[in-house]
Amino acid sequence: MKKNFLTHGTIVLIAILMLSTTSCMKDLDLSPKYGLNTESVYNDPANYKRVLAKIYGGFSLTGNQGPAGNPDISGIDEGFSNYIRVLWNLQEVTTDEAVCGWLNDAGIRELNTMNWSSQHPWVRGMYYRIYFEITLCNEFIRQCDDAKLADRGFSETDKTAIKGFKNEARYLRALSYYHLMDLFGTGPFITEADGIGAFFPQQKDRPFLFSYVESELLAVEPLLPAPKQNEYARVDQAAVWSLLSRMYLNAQTYINTSKFNECVNYSNKVINAGYALDADYKHLFLADNHLSNEVIFPIVSDGLFTQSYGVTTFLIHAAIGGSMPASQFGVNGGWSGLRSTRKLYDAFGADTLTDGRYLFYTAGQFLDFSANNQLGTFTRGYAVTKWKNITRSGAAGSDNTGNFVDTDFPMFRLAEMYLNYAEATLRGGNGDQATAIQYINRLRDRAFGAGIGNVASIDLPFILNERARELYWEGHRRTDLIRYGLFTGGAYVWPFKGGDYAGGAVSNHLNVYPIPVSDLTANPNLTQNPGY
Amino acid sequence: MIKNYIRKLLPLVIACFMSAAALAQSGTVTGIVVDGKGESIPGATVRVEGSSQAVSTDMDGKFTLSNVKSGEVNIVVSSIGMATTTKRLTVVDGKTTSFNFKLADGRINLDEAVVVGYGSTRKKDLTGTVTSIGEKEFNKGIITTPDQLVTGKVAGVKITSNGGAPGSGSRIRIRGGSSLSASNDPLIVIDGVPVDNNGISGSPNPLSLINPADIENITLLKDASAAAIYGARAANGVLIVTTKKGSSDKLKVEYNGSFSYNDIVKFVDVMDGDQFGKAVRDSGTANQIALLGNANTNWQDEIFQNSFTFNNNVSVSGGIKKLPYRLTLGVLNEDGILRRSELDRYSASLNLGPKFLNDKLSVDVNVKYSQTKSFFANQGAIGAAIAFDPTQTVKADSAKYLPYGGYFEWLDAQNKPITVATRNPVSLLEQRQDESTVNRMIGNINLAYDLPFVKGLKANLNLGTDISNGVGNIFVDTTAASDYFNKGLVTEYDQEKSNQLLDFYLVYAKDLAKIKSKLELTGGYSYQFWETSAPSFPNLNVLGDTVVKVGLPFFTQNALIGFYTRLNYSFKEKYLFTFNLRNDYSSRFSPDVRAGYFPSAAFAWRLSDEKFMSKFKNLSDFKVRLGYGSVGQQDINNDYAYIANYSQGTPTAQYQFGNVFYNVLRPDEYDPNLKWEVTTTYNAGIDYGFYQGRINGSIDLYQKSSTDLIAFVPTPAGTNFSNAILTNIGEVQNKGLEISLNVVPIAKKDVELTIGANLTYNKNEVIALSQTKSDTDLVNVGGIAGGVGSTIQAFAPGYSAFTFLAYNQLYDGNGKPLEGKYEDINGDGTINEKDLVLNGNPEPNIFVGLNANLRYKRWNIGFVMRGEFGSEMYNNVSALRSNFTSVGGSVKALNNLSTDYINQPFKTEQILSNYWIQDATFIRMDNINVAYQFKPLNNGKIGLGLSFTVQNAFVITKYDGIDPEIAGGIDNNLYPRPRIYTLGVNLKI
Repeated sequence: MKKNFLTHGTIVLIAILMLSTTSCMKDLDLSPKYGLNTESVYNDPANYKRVLAKIYGGFSLTGNQGPAGNPDISGIDEGFSNYIRVLWNLQEVTTDEAVCGWLNDAGIRELNTMNWSSQHPWVRGMYYRIYFEITLCNEFIRQCDDAKLADRGFSETDKTAIKGFKNEARYLRALSYYHLMDLFGTGPFITEADGIGAFFPQQKDRPFLFSYVESELLAVEPLLPAPKQNEYARVDQAAVWSLLSRMYLNAQTYINTSKFNECVNYSNKVINAGYALDADYKHLFLADNHLSNEVIFPIVSDGLFTQSYGVTTFLIHAAIGGSMPASQFGVNGGWSGLRSTRKLYDAFGADTLTDGRYLFYTAGQFLDFSANNQLGTFTRGYAVTKWKNITRSGAAGSDNTGNFVDTDFPMFRLAEMYLNYAEATLRGGNGDQATAIQYINRLRDRAFGAGIGNVASIDLPFILNERARELYWEGHRRTDLIRYGLFTGGAYVWPFKGGDYAGGAVSNHLNVYPIPVSDLTANPNLTQNPGY
Repeated sequence: MIKNYIRKLLPLVIACFMSAAALAQSGTVTGIVVDGKGESIPGATVRVEGSSQAVSTDMDGKFTLSNVKSGEVNIVVSSIGMATTTKRLTVVDGKTTSFNFKLADGRINLDEAVVVGYGSTRKKDLTGTVTSIGEKEFNKGIITTPDQLVTGKVAGVKITSNGGAPGSGSRIRIRGGSSLSASNDPLIVIDGVPVDNNGISGSPNPLSLINPADIENITLLKDASAAAIYGARAANGVLIVTTKKGSSDKLKVEYNGSFSYNDIVKFVDVMDGDQFGKAVRDSGTANQIALLGNANTNWQDEIFQNSFTFNNNVSVSGGIKKLPYRLTLGVLNEDGILRRSELDRYSASLNLGPKFLNDKLSVDVNVKYSQTKSFFANQGAIGAAIAFDPTQTVKADSAKYLPYGGYFEWLDAQNKPITVATRNPVSLLEQRQDESTVNRMIGNINLAYDLPFVKGLKANLNLGTDISNGVGNIFVDTTAASDYFNKGLVTEYDQEKSNQLLDFYLVYAKDLAKIKSKLELTGGYSYQFWETSAPSFPNLNVLGDTVVKVGLPFFTQNALIGFYTRLNYSFKEKYLFTFNLRNDYSSRFSPDVRAGYFPSAAFAWRLSDEKFMSKFKNLSDFKVRLGYGSVGQQDINNDYAYIANYSQGTPTAQYQFGNVFYNVLRPDEYDPNLKWEVTTTYNAGIDYGFYQGRINGSIDLYQKSSTDLIAFVPTPAGTNFSNAILTNIGEVQNKGLEISLNVVPIAKKDVELTIGANLTYNKNEVIALSQTKSDTDLVNVGGIAGGVGSTIQAFAPGYSAFTFLAYNQLYDGNGKPLEGKYEDINGDGTINEKDLVLNGNPEPNIFVGLNANLRYKRWNIGFVMRGEFGSEMYNNVSALRSNFTSVGGSVKALNNLSTDYINQPFKTEQILSNYWIQDATFIRMDNINVAYQFKPLNNGKIGLGLSFTVQNAFVITKYDGIDPEIAGGIDNNLYPRPRIYTLGVNLKI
């Protein structure tokens, strides 16, 4: 009897095991509890704006955890990897406007001395940050496809809003391709037609990228809201025109064909779009610069909600050192990194006391370098006080700890359009010389006080200096110097250009950055830029 | 599902077996065990073959085995240093059978059972590369984690402790690392339960939760043919831990106690106040000189202390009626040498081994529980003590330091802490509380049943669980300069981990005497499910304001299901064959590629049993082994890497449109085709023994290749949501040679000397890293301190993983390094990243272990030494602190210099120079042990032993830094390993 019971028991036991085996196989189908898969994200119309926020946020944030901890890209320190921070470093530290003293930090010395290679971490960081942005846009544009929206059964209101988002994503993708074209000249090309997965994108050259960016911008122009009609920090038609203005101004560099008429045309569109210069130049770079009526497209930072070690948090902390009182900048301390060179000081000539744009800190600082190892010494080179985390009324930003700042970064602002108009006109565009001078004097009225610093005539060298005075430390300098043929070669040198504190010549191949060796390895379709 | 299953099944199983237990018929076996000279042998093991019944002989060599199943039984008697003897006896129901055993001298016990995956086998029948270390061979002294028991004892196994912090674990590598991005840790199986080796919040090391005093045996499965039965998790070998069991013997009580003194051996060589003052006055600016103080503070002295460790374990074992049991209670109190660091571990383990149904059903229940309470001293103080200006005092009187608890801190003109300055090391220690409590329970019930219908068929069911919970809280005062701007820090953490196991297998053994063959077939099913969860807590300041908002909770799961089968076949007991096949399914891969098939085969030939070998009189054992096997790897630090997933941003990573901040959604990078990494091993080896095993050992040659390597590598730009993804790409190879040798030169009654030596040569090489297999493949790894984003190592094809990547330093005629001058490798006239050279390996290519033990009457003296040759170390401390720029001064703060600066005064940092990559070859005296065993007291009923051990006695090395042995090869702010003096007591009743 007992034996029978046992036998049965054993059989039951084995049967249970067999059954459990089959049902257990289902336990292998696991998915993240706090994440969302592609379908569940895009089935809720409210999520589209959250993905769009990530795409815009891609310029300000470095990952999904503020300030750091869950980075978007790898192979570069997360704090370094911020879009604007790498862009700023490649556009400014490489030029006469800025030096950075953190010589132990990966790649900093090579930026100062213009000695980067295809393994340079900042070059890699910029390249991959650009492609991160492009890939996000491609995915979002795919998901905003009309057929998909129809399938998901959204209301007309939702569909209209989502189609608007899609146009903005197309703009932002064009902006990133513009940066690629400007910095690298060439690169792999992918659109929403390419999916995610194992394939090797084809490389496209600069003229192709130029016309692609141009055609995308022209295509979305009528679809985007009129100037100032979109929410704060989202793009509108003026952002399209601003980018076209900048791109056409540099068309000679990009496609060996001048487009100065077009530059004049699109600069004019922005100038007439209802923006106005801020009364006080300094207000443009403060914690409450969102109040400005001059900024066309800002990249937002927020001390409490949008934290990273990039953008303005970097620009403000890194520029403080020596005897500079951090509290007057609305932050808790300096990182003793960024200073300027004499060339930027010299751009102000005799006007250092009268030009309101001369925002320098000189106490305890030396204007000049006298040895190569002074690159790492903060007190060598005048410090720049342009960027601050205090409001117009003098209050510190929202983060009480003084770590993260509220100051937004202007990707485009009206003053640049005045300068673009003037330069394109001088270079043969169909603008009006008198109007150009008038525009320049608007900038100088603000800088010096009405009528005090006005000029009666302008020429190209003056414009380059005026751009330095007006736009320094805003990420323009490398492109400007290249347009003037002064970035490489030996015609114009500044401290640490080529390695020595006295400055020296460098090779012309440095006018574009190299394709990172990591992508050359990963993608056999790519060819390196000449000289690298 | 599994919980339901256990709930349903257990009562059924228990009920049916309990009801039948009374039916067994049994008798008793008694006797005395003596050696060749007729002297009694205490502590010999007497067991009934084919059951778990076993007893030890008492002080007079006597034993009594009760409840032995009536009928013919084999009684096996073994003792260390003696040849094992088996005798077939007939046990009569209700009667006592007496038999005295005489053991011959012999070193190697070829009949000894060795635990292998899902079963055990005789040592002589092993076909794979397996090393088994028993309790008697374990390392002595204060051992707080189980891996330390076998450090230096096994060829091919490199165990590197993570430093001197209480309970800090070790990095275990069996035959090098076979993966780049996936785990290189071996699978650890404790009493049949594969445990989680990934750590838990609040615990320094997962293995530190196991009480080493409970461990009877550690077995290492090194080659794939041995490990293949564990398939999916065995790519880096398997470490099987078997704990001590109860016996059906009379009550035994054992106490082990030890008291240790942890002595600081060495500090990092930095300048004292006078040296630093002179250096700054000689080379500094007026601003820097003005910052100097007048004190002479040794900051390392201020943060380190000599400390004590107490370890007490009591075990009780025996049998209550027919229930063998063993209970151990342990208390460990360890104070770290970094002041305030402390670990208290309370552990309890219980083993029950009842048998039912005429002993046809063996039940083995193990429950191990431990609670570890830790106080984590702020290890940031170690780096701070190296860097802090020695001319400053710990506390300063000036009123400006009052807001900072009176500690001297670097302050700006507004008397606020300078954010980029080094913090006062003592304030870092004293003003931070970081405490945790970790509870862990590993439990399993194993049922082994001789099935009634088919002779030779056994069923085995193992249900296990490993649950841990770590909670901790951190409090930093408002007066701490480190958190001054946040106004202090109050936060906590809480993590739960669980691992459920169900293993079921059948074994069928058949003796085919007619064809002189033996057959054993095993087939089974294994189910494991892991879950880790942690709620998110905000960071508050002391005032209660939120500094970092609550993020998303953490939650992740993964499951592994495997089917396995093994065939052991032996012909004439001389030709041995093993075949394994394991079919695994991992939830970490998509359903299309989830299945992995891992076969292995091994052949062994016991040459010494051949007639033609009998002329070699002194050859007692000679076996040739050949093995091949492949195993899978899925232990990647991401449970969902194949799924297209959108992750949500934290509240501090929002983005603003208009006046509204939006929580962002980001598509995460993924590889939908991610699949098993496969490690294939070829092994050829011999086992040898001469003079009855007085000389024995083995030699193995292996090659281990990982293909479809799972690595985090760059993906073509624009094809995925990040620039690098976890994907199957490339190949890594390890080749090596292992030699082990054990010699017993003297074996007399009063004097015995045993010597063990092992040597391993291992060469690791990255074969490929991309689809294009370009020579430009390079992945930077090995982040170093001092430069944000700076790295010093790389993965590159043709080089071992983690090869150093640095500039070649140029030297002057006197051999002095030329500051800032490096070799222009590509000859382009400029020095940049393209001139970095791959050279130098942080892993040794040869490592050896040597141990010896001399017994003289009641005295025992032994030592264990280890050596590693050919490894190199990046001296990050000197790289950072041997140049005047590192003194700082652009803000109002100074940093100390390394004493290297006196000989080699660099002006600026040279952190990527290979000048800092230094030879890290070393020989370490790990352990010197002296023990005395008193004559048995109280009529031989009480045994008492005393021991004295010195651990980490000395190190011989050319390396300048604090310690040449640092896992990973980057020397930066190591928690130093103390020298430990331990007095131990062992009492047996």
